[in-house]
Amino acid sequence: MESTLVLIAKSILIFVFILQIVPIILWAERKMLGRFQSRLGPNRVGPRGLLQPLADVLKLLSKEQSTPETAVPWMMAIAPVISIVTAVATLAILPFGPKDAWGGDIGLYGMDVPIGLLYLFAFGSLAFYGLVLGGWASGSKYSFLGAMRSAAQLISYEVALGLSLLGVAMTAGSLSVVDIVEAQGDMWFIVPQFVGFLIFLVAGFAESARAPFDLPESDAELVSGYNTEFGGMRFGSFFMAEYIEVVIISGIAAACFLGGWHGPGPEALGPLWMLLKLLAGVMLFIWVRATLPRLRYDQLMSFGWKILLPLATLNVLATAVVLVVT
Amino acid sequence: MAETTTPWSPGEDVIEVQRGPTPGGLGSAYRAFGATLRGLRTTFLRLPEGHHTWEYPEQKTPVYPRFRGRHKLHRFEDTGLEKCVGCSLCAAACPAECIRVVAAENTPDDQVSAGERYAAVYEINMTRCIFCGYCEVACPFDAITMGNDYELADYERSDLIFTKEMLLQDPPEHTPLRREGE
Repeated sequence: MESTLVLIAKSILIFVFILQIVPIILWAERKMLGRFQSRLGPNRVGPRGLLQPLADVLKLLSKEQSTPETAVPWMMAIAPVISIVTAVATLAILPFGPKDAWGGDIGLYGMDVPIGLLYLFAFGSLAFYGLVLGGWASGSKYSFLGAMRSAAQLISYEVALGLSLLGVAMTAGSLSVVDIVEAQGDMWFIVPQFVGFLIFLVAGFAESARAPFDLPESDAELVSGYNTEFGGMRFGSFFMAEYIEVVIISGIAAACFLGGWHGPGPEALGPLWMLLKLLAGVMLFIWVRATLPRLRYDQLMSFGWKILLPLATLNVLATAVVLVVT
Repeated sequence: MAETTTPWSPGEDVIEVQRGPTPGGLGSAYRAFGATLRGLRTTFLRLPEGHHTWEYPEQKTPVYPRFRGRHKLHRFEDTGLEKCVGCSLCAAACPAECIRVVAAENTPDDQVSAGERYAAVYEINMTRCIFCGYCEVACPFDAITMGNDYELADYERSDLIFTKEMLLQDPPEHTPLRREGE
């Protein structure tokens, strides 16, 4: 067990890391989206538009935080907090290296929870309360519809997400994300768990409420869904939570399927590999966002329940059979 | 075509609708997967292509020679006298009623235009102008023509009432013209 001081230092480090990486992802997303759509993306603020996220945040900070008359103000105040707290808390289990990668007794992760994946699901589900509460407390029809959608989406996809990671957990024989990465020394789990990986990706997209599953905030028909009535940094918190969610899903995908810190070169390079895999996942998110149209509400439901869930169950069954036989 | 065509056999011209496979089931999921991959390839192939957009304030879209932009008032090149004689035909033709002309008599000491009278006041309210070009057509002396400049935005409405002096001057910026066949 690490000392409290080390834990605090690591928490600060994680905060710094996420506060640095979210603007970079934001910028990369806008740039990449531009390239995918044959345009340039932001290029006015700073060299190559690098200061665009800063400008956006400054704009958000200077904005008024209005509250509709029908809203429940204190709930509107805590909803973004729930979103961002749960998102940051989940980051703690992203492992960037083994315990002795950089010497000492300090693992390169926030903490190694024995129930790592359950922790992920717990906070992943809690994160939706932010959206649901935010949408409901806004007292606006659009927000309410967005909130209802996110609730429905949560129920439809959480199960498939869990089942897709269950195969991994069974193969590794542990729920701890660090143990799961260590079990992939010989072979990354994407090979034996390919179907699981695909299901995890799809469910992960839905979990982070990103295109093509961005129904809670579908800007075409719901203005902006659950965050319509939010302004200023409250909106900014929702926005940031969404991007942290993307980082988490990419990170879990990298850790559970792509071998985490395993890669060529000395073990000290592990964190770099993990980071690269994580960023590759983020790129995939952006790529998919540039490509796929949003699913219709009923399509989302039927896809989740009729295809993803049976497929995930079959995958778990097959994994179980293979594990027992071998 | 003397064949008997009944309403329910419309002949050879009508092609049967090509329907895709019925949606639903695992086959549908498989096809959706393939379509997703094709879509991802389509967007990915845009990356090496580069951008197709213009960086506007630096690169301006060239316009066609007959593009109707900011108006110009003209002078005679040899004498330097204004072509406009203040006849107000442009103001009469203007459907938006954005042209105001006040005519005044030329005197031998103060010969402004080539005719008997000249436009003492010639104003075009650019906030109302619809750039139809009727003024240009109505003018008997080709004194007013439509130029090529389209960057007319300003901060004050009063700045958008263009006076005779502004219209007589060369426009501050020149919009590029499209080359032949471009």
